[in-house]
Amino acid sequence: MTALRRIGTSLAAPALAVVVALVITTLVILAIGQNPMTALQVLLDFGDTPAQQTQAIVVILNRAVPLFLAGLAVSVAFRMGLFNIGVEGQYRMATVVAAGVGAAVVLPAPLHILLIMVVAMAVGAIWAGIVAVLKVTRGVSEVISSIMLNFIALGTASWLLTGPLRGSEEGAAIITTTDIPESGRFPALNGLFDAIGLAQPRGQLFGFLIVAVVVGIVISVLLKRTRFGFDLRATGLSPSAATASGIDARAMVVKTMLISGAVAGLIGLPDLLGRTYHFGTEFTAGLGFLGIAVALLGRNSPLGIAFAALLFAFLDRAAVPLQFADIPASVVTIIQGTIVLSVVIANEIARQVSRRRAEHGTGQASAPAPDDGATGTGPAGTRIDARQEAGA
Amino acid sequence: MTKAAALLLAGGLALSACASDEEGSSGSGSNGGGEGDLKVGVAYDTGGRGDKSFNDSAIAGVEAAVEALGGDVKEDIQELSPNDDGSDRGELLTQLAENGFNPVIAVGFAYGDIIGDIAADYPETQFAIVDTSVEEMGVDNLTGLIFAEEEGSFLAGVAAASKSATGHIGFVGGQESPLIGKFEAGYKAGAEAVKPGIIVDVKYLSPAGDPSGFGDSEGGKVAAQGMYQAGADIVFHAAGGSGEGVFEAAVEAGQRAIGVDSDQYLSATSPEQQAVIMTSMLKRVDNAVESYITDFSEGDLQGGTDILSDLETGGIDLSTSGGFIDDIQSVIDDWRQQIVDGEVEVPTTP
Repeated sequence: MTALRRIGTSLAAPALAVVVALVITTLVILAIGQNPMTALQVLLDFGDTPAQQTQAIVVILNRAVPLFLAGLAVSVAFRMGLFNIGVEGQYRMATVVAAGVGAAVVLPAPLHILLIMVVAMAVGAIWAGIVAVLKVTRGVSEVISSIMLNFIALGTASWLLTGPLRGSEEGAAIITTTDIPESGRFPALNGLFDAIGLAQPRGQLFGFLIVAVVVGIVISVLLKRTRFGFDLRATGLSPSAATASGIDARAMVVKTMLISGAVAGLIGLPDLLGRTYHFGTEFTAGLGFLGIAVALLGRNSPLGIAFAALLFAFLDRAAVPLQFADIPASVVTIIQGTIVLSVVIANEIARQVSRRRAEHGTGQASAPAPDDGATGTGPAGTRIDARQEAGA
Repeated sequence: MTKAAALLLAGGLALSACASDEEGSSGSGSNGGGEGDLKVGVAYDTGGRGDKSFNDSAIAGVEAAVEALGGDVKEDIQELSPNDDGSDRGELLTQLAENGFNPVIAVGFAYGDIIGDIAADYPETQFAIVDTSVEEMGVDNLTGLIFAEEEGSFLAGVAAASKSATGHIGFVGGQESPLIGKFEAGYKAGAEAVKPGIIVDVKYLSPAGDPSGFGDSEGGKVAAQGMYQAGADIVFHAAGGSGEGVFEAAVEAGQRAIGVDSDQYLSATSPEQQAVIMTSMLKRVDNAVESYITDFSEGDLQGGTDILSDLETGGIDLSTSGGFIDDIQSVIDDWRQQIVDGEVEVPTTP
């Protein structure tokens, strides 16, 4: 009964949010004089031929992989009440250095890829570690320092790209690093389509999808099934209580930021190892910020973030076909923005409802204690999730 | 505190969604490419239609060509804008080709590292890319529409140096990149040619890899203010939308500025700004695109080659609207002739 109700509450909020977002989007589309049903059709229409349909799936998955990693990186810090806005800079630094190292060495394939991944994670972790060190030694808010470090990362990455790591010839319009040799490229997963009897798409499915799934599982286990994860969530709920119970909060800040940064370091790799094979001035930027939205939507649980990333990617895919149907692609951005906004609000409402229920209800002894209502240090969702799991 | 920041961010996301690319795409969703029908696909640079610059110039050329060839501007052109991070650029080009649009025109060098592969996948479709040389790509159905920006910038430098009373001028570039480097190189060379030893302040608004410098009006204003305060009396900008800020700074300082790409005297937002826009370095993307489409429909495309617009073809020029540089026209024409004749070699890198 309690479990059912709990699941109901946790699903109600996102569902409500999606409905609200759809209503708002419908109004927006009506306001610009287009037909909302056309937009809906486009969203759900993956193409006429089997190859087009699998291609649509590839586009969605390829977009979802970096979004998932970005959301995951943000959520690890969120769980502890740390707001890591620096994911953007962390992955940018990580990608440029990994691209440089990957192009400079030649190793047998698995080792080469592994080296690139380790370098990327290390650089991401170091960049995030600066934030942690500033926080624990000087008390600098991680929000401020990570935003500032984003600018420094942008400039540094640009200097590395145009200076020491430049691979493109003088005068080329796009500046890039040297291409990573064959052995450092992540094989595509297109064999999968043959294996399950689907048509071959025209594009390549990122093999990095597997890495993303593994990282998701590792983070999930780490957070839920280890002492470290318990400490992390406990510190996120109440730093003072955690300290009182013997958790070294300062060490936790450093460890959490290192993990968050290491995951952030992977964000650029699906593209780097699966498509472009170099970092350049046109390398996809902004994923770190999207990751914040994805983490919020996924309520900081790895599974939720996976769904959130897929939802964002699903909406992103429609950007091109929508324009063919005379509907501006910004409709997609509007849907995404309103969904995230509604989720934040819906979470808040759901929490208040469950609190009232607890105050007036009976037989609540076995149920987890509802939130005391005070606004926590973590973003919406963090407290509910952590509390429910702690109570479970 | 953190929650407030999160809300703020989410709100910002929704807001920016409303603000970003309000493009009015036109054309039919049905498969085009019937026999003899001209169906032009246009893939914009980030920013899309309505940027009062590059993208608008390109689509003006497309529309002029389609009209001249008896097509319907609404039905026969399909415009697509990439998403904000540009990660779906490849999809734009492939879907245009798959839906039978021919030719497909990519506006901006950002398409440069993907268009070669895509053009090779669709050999029946003609592709063109603005601002990127394609001759080394070895793809027969791809044409590069390139410009000798350094030549026009050289003349802008000549005009600035001739008109400067202080012997001190400035240059504001959008993003640090090889493309904008051509503007800087030409401008400096032109100024130096007229007035050896002239001081040229140079400022880029964003580093390589960060295109924000093309839409940062405030940054452009601050950069130009700094130059005017340091004694510069003419500032040339190659910074897209940030140029608006440069003009504002010129109005406040009572000094002059030089526009870029289109005749910005004509598109100026106020009479005060018109009064300070001494001239503009014209880069006629519209003409280049128009003649490309005309060549395509007449079957005159070579393919695999670049079409260069420069001072000789008139695709690059210096505007004279407002009459501010009429008195030095003979000097400018003299340099123009020397460049066209090859007597003056204009550098392309600063």
